[in-house]
Amino acid sequence: MRLPVTAWVSIAHRASGVFLFAGMAVLIWALDASLASPESFASLRECLSSPLVKLVVWAVVAGLIYHTMAGVKHLVMDFGIGETMEGSILGSRIVIALSVVLILLAGVWIW
Amino acid sequence: MVTAVTNLGRSGLYDWLMQRVTAVILLAYFLYVGCVLLGGVDYPAWKELHAQTWMRVFSLLALLSLGAHAWVGLWAIFTDYLTERLMGTTGNVLRLAAQAVCALIMFTYIVWGIQILWGY
Ligand code: HEM
Repeated sequence: MRLPVTAWVSIAHRASGVFLFAGMAVLIWALDASLASPESFASLRECLSSPLVKLVVWAVVAGLIYHTMAGVKHLVMDFGIGETMEGSILGSRIVIALSVVLILLAGVWIW
Repeated sequence: MVTAVTNLGRSGLYDWLMQRVTAVILLAYFLYVGCVLLGGVDYPAWKELHAQTWMRVFSLLALLSLGAHAWVGLWAIFTDYLTERLMGTTGNVLRLAAQAVCALIMFTYIVWGIQILWGY
């Protein structure tokens, strides 16, 4: 589908919002295990060393990073900044660029 | 037909504002927790942090914000795609069913979260 970059950023913001709603279950589960007892904290550490779990955590963190970047763009635009067509295209490019960099850094940190 | 009965604040403007306020709270919370995790934590330090009243208040605030934020956000999505206009009566049934499921999940998150924050 050929859509302007702004449309992709907007659709992906929606998709990441829905994804995060489910992803929060993973984070709350991790919070539960991290606080329940020293043993469960240790087994969470153990669990987080498996590549599959790392991948799941990375996916949730990536969703959070992207949704937050696009969300901040919304907030900036709510203040009337970058509301023109050119401004929005530039904003969308910034959102994508920052997200890619931060998601890669998060990946490095998780692995 | 536009029914303003399942949106959070019964008003689009109120919902819009809630979406912004909760977004900022969530942003602050994830930034803070992210920084703590980046600094590295062991069990005693992590436990100690979450035993503080201000941290519990902050966490609960974030959790409740998540509830409001997700409700407003998902409401916008469901009322865009699961509608009478797009699929007839099925749309209404699907939309209400989807909202009921999300409400149940959100309620579970909140009660589960409270139990984690105050239970251990
Ligand atoms: C952490 C869990 C989060 C979940 C589950 C979540 C979920 C959602 C959903 C489902 C939407 C609706 C998207 C749409 O209508 O297209 C949305 C919108 C939004 N989110 Fe989030 N979000 C989360 C965190 C955040 C954070 C940290 C920010 C920080 C800036 C943020 C900023 C926004 C904004 C500004 C909107 C409104 C977009 C609009 O008016 O169309 N969200 N969110």
